[in-house]
Amino acid sequence: MAKLILSMDGLVLKEIPLSKERTTIGRKPHNDIQIDNLAVSGEHAVIVTILADSFLEDLGSTNGTFVNGKTVKKHFLQNNDVIELGKYKLKYMAEAVPGASKAADFEKTMVLRPGAARKPPEAPAAAPAAAAPAHVATMPAAAPAPVSAAAPAAPAAAAKSHGDTQVGVTAASVAAAAAPVRHAMLKLMSGAGAGKELELVKPLTTLGKPGVQVAVITRRPQGFFITHVEGANKPSVNGKPIEVQAHALNDHDVIELAGVKVEFFFKT
Amino acid sequence: MDLSQALEIASHTDPGMVRSNNEDSIASVPDQGLVVLADGMGGYNAGEVASGMATTMLTTELRQLLEKHAPFEVDPQSGQKAAPKMLQQQIAKANTAIYQASQSQPQYAGMGTTLVVALFYDNKVMVAHIGDSRLYRMRGDEFSQVSKDHSLLQEQIDAGMLTKEQAKHSSNKNLVTKALGIDPVVEPEIHEYDTLPGDIYLLCSDGLSDMVSDDDIGMTLQALGANLNLAAQQLVQMANDNGGRDNVSVILIKILREYPAGQGLASKIFGWFR
Repeated sequence: MAKLILSMDGLVLKEIPLSKERTTIGRKPHNDIQIDNLAVSGEHAVIVTILADSFLEDLGSTNGTFVNGKTVKKHFLQNNDVIELGKYKLKYMAEAVPGASKAADFEKTMVLRPGAARKPPEAPAAAPAAAAPAHVATMPAAAPAPVSAAAPAAPAAAAKSHGDTQVGVTAASVAAAAAPVRHAMLKLMSGAGAGKELELVKPLTTLGKPGVQVAVITRRPQGFFITHVEGANKPSVNGKPIEVQAHALNDHDVIELAGVKVEFFFKT
Repeated sequence: MDLSQALEIASHTDPGMVRSNNEDSIASVPDQGLVVLADGMGGYNAGEVASGMATTMLTTELRQLLEKHAPFEVDPQSGQKAAPKMLQQQIAKANTAIYQASQSQPQYAGMGTTLVVALFYDNKVMVAHIGDSRLYRMRGDEFSQVSKDHSLLQEQIDAGMLTKEQAKHSSNKNLVTKALGIDPVVEPEIHEYDTLPGDIYLLCSDGLSDMVSDDDIGMTLQALGANLNLAAQQLVQMANDNGGRDNVSVILIKILREYPAGQGLASKIFGWFR
């Protein structure tokens, strides 16, 4: 279960588990977390907890609610976020990460069913499959009703063009990969653009002419690989045509396709 | 009507890097333009049983039905096409079968599965889904998610509690609000969309969409669309390279050319003697 650690001037005052769906914070005594200080409004803020996620919401307080130094109206709490109300600080500690062995179980898809009785939020992390219906978590009463069939196609944010915005995302997904990958470059050795260089920053980079001959260089945790995509002829590496499967690229390999020679090398 | 000349289909499924067994199940009937993907859940191997039952039942039953009736046939009484009714009835049948198995056999108790089915006919695709297995479409440069998950996160996004970006950091992943075989009755979400030659459709389990960003999936389809098999393998490989924490399944369908329903008298007569 996630918890808050209340402190003032570096002195820890209290540890508060977020056991309720709504945990209110304010100066008045009926709040779950009462902070008796004039800088804190009567009803200052609320933390709504849904299973393992907690959301902080300012209830129109006079002096505002700050998270990590920024004023917020509504905030999706992340581990180690620091909430500030006047001189008081509340540090948000997310639920302890389950052990490595349990990680796989934790990822399992489960069903939430509306209308069922509310159980403590530990439910989803629940016991191994022995007790059979353990994989059915219940839904907090306050959660929104299931979506109706009303809204079709939701292209929303997914429909981003493949422009410059892509680079940031690419970097993120590469960072997620297990091992750091060295930076690699391609250098054109023949044709009009001879001498031109290109850094292989994307997870995959295609080479060649669509409809004639295309190959792709994929960036993986293990290194860089070239694979044949389309065309009657396969590209060759150091003069030898590659096989159907991905071919690992080494420093200073020379790739030849669609009549163009390209050198692959690692950036130093 | 044989659609195998109009549609190119490639698929790939993999247990991933963490799980020992694969609870995903995929199936396709290329000549009838039918593809099915299911992501099972439940203890021991019950997830596999549920997803396997779903894909097997839907493909066998729908194959037989589609041999007798075209999906675009209009029922004179209701004035509606046959396709949505077919899908609805067969999904209901599969739901009952899985539900009853889970009720009668203790080792299957609580099993269920997500489902996404796509049926292509008459330059259209009808999509039915339950849970968080998805359908995406690549049209020209635009890659977009077509189906909307039945999940807690999606509901939170709809309610304005979370943005799509924040949802990636949520701890409440993998909580679906609907599944096949969990309750006696389930209502699939069914929609029909027009297709265009050149479109690429992607059906996938959350093992792909949780591990690989939509932008990277789109880029892969853009780059490797000419080689569908390679694209399917590349997507699975990317999910595994990013950790592969769940089973990964993908089905790719490329529209090679138009496939209008035969409307003319000649084709109807031809249809009778078929």
